[in-house]
Amino acid sequence: MSYVIEGKTGPWEIVVGLEVHAQVISQSKLFSGASTKFGGDPNTQVSLVDAAFPGMLPVINKECVAQAIRTGLGLNAQINLFSRFDRKNYFYADLPQGYQISQFEHPIIGKGSIEIELQSGETRQIGITRLHLEQDAGKLLHDQDPTKSFVDLNRASVALMEIVSEPDIREPEEAGAYLRKLRQILRYLGTCDGNMEEGSMRADVNVSVRKAGEPFRTRCEIKNVNSIRFVMQAIEVEATRQIEIWENGGEVDQETRLFDPGRGETRTMRSKEDAHDYRYFPDPDLLPLVVEQAWVDELKSKLPELPDAKRARFQKDYGIPSYDAGVLVAEQAVADFYETVAKRRDGKLAASWVIGDLFAALNRTSNTIETSPVSAASLGKMLDLIADGTINGKIAKEVFEDMVETGDSPDAIVERKGLRQVTDTGVIDAAIAAILEKHADKVAEYRGGKDKLFGFFVGQVMKETKGKANPALVNSALKAQLDG
Amino acid sequence: MSLDLATTRRIAKLARIGLEEHELEATRQKLNGILGWIDQLAEVDVEGVPPMVGTETETLRQREDKVTDGNCRDALLACAPETSGPFYTVPKVVE
Repeated sequence: MSYVIEGKTGPWEIVVGLEVHAQVISQSKLFSGASTKFGGDPNTQVSLVDAAFPGMLPVINKECVAQAIRTGLGLNAQINLFSRFDRKNYFYADLPQGYQISQFEHPIIGKGSIEIELQSGETRQIGITRLHLEQDAGKLLHDQDPTKSFVDLNRASVALMEIVSEPDIREPEEAGAYLRKLRQILRYLGTCDGNMEEGSMRADVNVSVRKAGEPFRTRCEIKNVNSIRFVMQAIEVEATRQIEIWENGGEVDQETRLFDPGRGETRTMRSKEDAHDYRYFPDPDLLPLVVEQAWVDELKSKLPELPDAKRARFQKDYGIPSYDAGVLVAEQAVADFYETVAKRRDGKLAASWVIGDLFAALNRTSNTIETSPVSAASLGKMLDLIADGTINGKIAKEVFEDMVETGDSPDAIVERKGLRQVTDTGVIDAAIAAILEKHADKVAEYRGGKDKLFGFFVGQVMKETKGKANPALVNSALKAQLDG
Repeated sequence: MSLDLATTRRIAKLARIGLEEHELEATRQKLNGILGWIDQLAEVDVEGVPPMVGTETETLRQREDKVTDGNCRDALLACAPETSGPFYTVPKVVE
């Protein structure tokens, strides 16, 4: 079953743990009242606290604490009613204080877990070690001047959740599945937008290798990988590098490395040589963070339905297969759209229209579910028209394309184009009579035993009625006339 | 607790304090003096007493999530030794 990398000395197993930095969704920063909005003018969203002016004191943002607790609840994790902030000391130009306020010994969230699903359909539990709150650093720009780096502190002190996994991941695919699932949960909870391109979710990847059955060997940490694809690549590249070192009789050094996707290699980050000596100590500016169980309970009672629960409910309530339910809950907006369409209607039919025709149309017109030219209510109305026999399934495709193009309601389109299904047996009988007369030779062949021609007649009659005839009525009337 | 020269050198480096070789021994002795004085605390038996993190008995004060601050770039940058346009500038630090 398991993923291994073949070395000269046999197969190697990989051991991976992920540290994800997720930017908390809040209006203002973790310890100041400055705005967190993305893309503001440089250094306009900075308070004296963020710029570390002497005597400024941090005051914690209650909403950021709530967001961390919501996330902990979403990860089925232990909520620590007592937690504390520590100073993590290091010097860097993007960190005005000379230390980052973080939580070291007493994080706000303890052990939890995430269930991931692999392509094979197999599921696995990946343990969460902890989640803690900390402040982000500022941003450095290196390409503005030959000798200077430019500093923008807009991001400094924005709240981050560092979410640390257990070293439970055994293959690149699992790392990808873990990140996607984590991002999905964060988005459902509304605690982080999960946007890796804008840097609101970033991953540090801890990689080591070992022979089956061995204890852990030395690991390396690959910093700040900014896409799921790169995380998966970096794991493979780094594991291969380590195997080569061990097999040549060397020793892997515990160090911080950078992944260079262009070259497909990792390299050591010299500036971080002393970085592990952070000299943590409790921040004397901040008292311990004590939260009431009652507040945790209140936050819990208001949590939205999470993807796993929603998926199970969709399967049960709408009778759709697990795979389809998984596709529909991948994004909350899609799940909401589907549910509006499916409610009190045929859930399977609704799923096939959303996953099939709607997704194809969104793709073709470069839209997302949020900007869909067809609203959930209109698509639902169209399903009603199929259900009550106003249009048949084939005509529905035409109506749907028109909806995509014009945004009109399905009934309006049916009226405008005269697409109402023909259920008048007189009209259908007349069409059949005309076709049978026109293809007298085929009728003879059919009666001579060439059963397969039945489909041909159906097709011709549908064509004659411009696709609007009720297919069930056509079938029975044709059968009666041909066989009768 | 007593520091050796190598540890003194390391602490200086982490704190970004440039010490000449001939200053190391004197610094080591000063730091050891401080540590020795602090070590007197070890005479108190605190077995079973939880660490005290502050003198107040209140818990952490929390703010509402509102934007109430910022938008003071000119004032901030006026205090900086070096700026360029809307940015602080520092000697180039690039990975």
